[in-house]
Amino acid sequence: MIKKLISMFSSVPLHLVIVTVALIWILPSIGLWLTSFRSPADVAASGWWTVFEHPFSFTCYTLENYQEVIVKIGIGRAFINTLLITIPATIIPILIASFAAYAFAWMQFPGRRLLFVILVGLLVVPLQMTLIPVLRIFNKLGLAGTFPGIWFAHTGYGLPLIIYLLYNFISGLPSELFDSSSIDGATPFQIFIKIVMPLSLPALASVTIFQFLWVWNDLLVALIYLGGTPDVAPLTVRISALVGSYGQDWELLTAAAFVSMALPLILFLGLQRYFVKGILAGSVKG
Amino acid sequence: MTKSDNYIKIFYISQLTERIVIAMRTKKITPWLYIGPATFLLFFFLVYPSINTAYISFFNYNSEKFVGIKNYLYCFTNEIMLNSFRNNTLWVIVFVPLTVFLGLIIAVLADRVKYESIVKSVIFMPMAISFVGAGVIWKFVYAYRPASAAQTGILNAFRSFLNSEPLPWLIEKPWLNNLCLIMVGVWIWTGFCMVILSASYKGIPRELLEAARVDGATEFKIFWKIILPLMKPTLAVVATTMTINVLKVFDIVYVMTNGNFNTEVIANRMYKEMFLFRNFGRASAIAVILLVLIIPMIVINIQRFREQEAIR
Repeated sequence: MIKKLISMFSSVPLHLVIVTVALIWILPSIGLWLTSFRSPADVAASGWWTVFEHPFSFTCYTLENYQEVIVKIGIGRAFINTLLITIPATIIPILIASFAAYAFAWMQFPGRRLLFVILVGLLVVPLQMTLIPVLRIFNKLGLAGTFPGIWFAHTGYGLPLIIYLLYNFISGLPSELFDSSSIDGATPFQIFIKIVMPLSLPALASVTIFQFLWVWNDLLVALIYLGGTPDVAPLTVRISALVGSYGQDWELLTAAAFVSMALPLILFLGLQRYFVKGILAGSVKG
Repeated sequence: MTKSDNYIKIFYISQLTERIVIAMRTKKITPWLYIGPATFLLFFFLVYPSINTAYISFFNYNSEKFVGIKNYLYCFTNEIMLNSFRNNTLWVIVFVPLTVFLGLIIAVLADRVKYESIVKSVIFMPMAISFVGAGVIWKFVYAYRPASAAQTGILNAFRSFLNSEPLPWLIEKPWLNNLCLIMVGVWIWTGFCMVILSASYKGIPRELLEAARVDGATEFKIFWKIILPLMKPTLAVVATTMTINVLKVFDIVYVMTNGNFNTEVIANRMYKEMFLFRNFGRASAIAVILLVLIIPMIVINIQRFREQEAIR
């Protein structure tokens, strides 16, 4: 009993350190969240932490900030744009990468090794190296400022990592699977669709959440290829513009930021397991 | 075009199709059907543009006139560019050790408590949100008003609670504002380091640590003499990944200060040269410099891949 008490007390500093660190990490987000529900007058007059002085006066909270940013400032439109960009820009690269990863893992062809080494090198080529020539081609083809343009751009940029991660998984499948199926007369395509894809579901889930979050949160690619026109601009571009023009209206900035964070956070909390697996499978992209 | 021309064409086309059919029967073409789209897109979006960027970095703003190394000379003499190099260096020196160190400490400490998964989710959460969102969150933390007004930024509120003057965190140059920006990066990326390092830490056999404890080694000694050496390869991987990230840092600076008050970084400068000043020559030169700084990491990456292949 006493021994237990002693060990409990000796671990107090440990708990103190961990809880403090966790609090420091989460406090800024809580501040953002609470502020987004406070009236402009309250936000200008006092800090968000003062709401804890009257924890039960719910009347001081309002949804007006959300109404204002979503309808009037156009964050609602930006949310739809982000969705329209992110969903195809997640599905297309994963589809193309699955085929490539399967070929790299289980087919023999000349130049396979060289191509793969190039791919691994491309994993860390900074996007900045590609922006100007691609933009020029896009301008010529009329793809700049359009959704298809940015779908393809995100596909090209996402491919190295997605192929790499899927390759790691698919090449680890037991080779007996492939031998016995091809003896049964299955074509490579049948093996791919009926065996490899279903078995790769965990890996596919990892790369899907990876690519989804990457595209959803991207600022640079959208800034360059889409620009700030309200018709096409995603959340990140619109919000970074708001920071300039509504610099002191914190109730609006925080509401807009929370709109952009809500879906990724839900996905993250629901699929954290797959996200972590994707990172552990060898993430080198930033 | 005469009729015989058409016949010749048809002849060649039919021969070509026959060859393709034969190639398909012998399955030589199948792999190319699988990797074809990916290879095309990789060349279109990454390989060709990179080569082209390196080429036009020796030309003037609209790529019409060859200017030799003038753009590079500009990069290494212009005051703002030199400032950017200094700031990126500061980012590497502060950000990389801090994220790796914090990630390691939190991974090891959280392993000892029952609510580990909650703590790890909290630290990891910033990875899910955009740098733009993080920028707004932290700009609010750093919010500054004159001493006469009520402080709504939590840092300055804390300072006035301690009876100190409020600080303009993002304006005070050159060290304070840069360090404040770096802290935002640390807040975002520590979770990433923690996740990788935690997995590596959990891979260390518990009996090893128990044996050391039985032999009377202190926790501190176990950490330095056993845990650290065993985790060295993973620590190296995480550190190189963080270095690449930090060299490319863009969003945080773009949103929070846009490089004002001496906080400029290489990637933001490249964006400005490209989009604001429309000087494609200079922008390309900056991109090439960025690539050259990252190349050592590419080499390490490929070596690591080769080692992995060797093990297979």
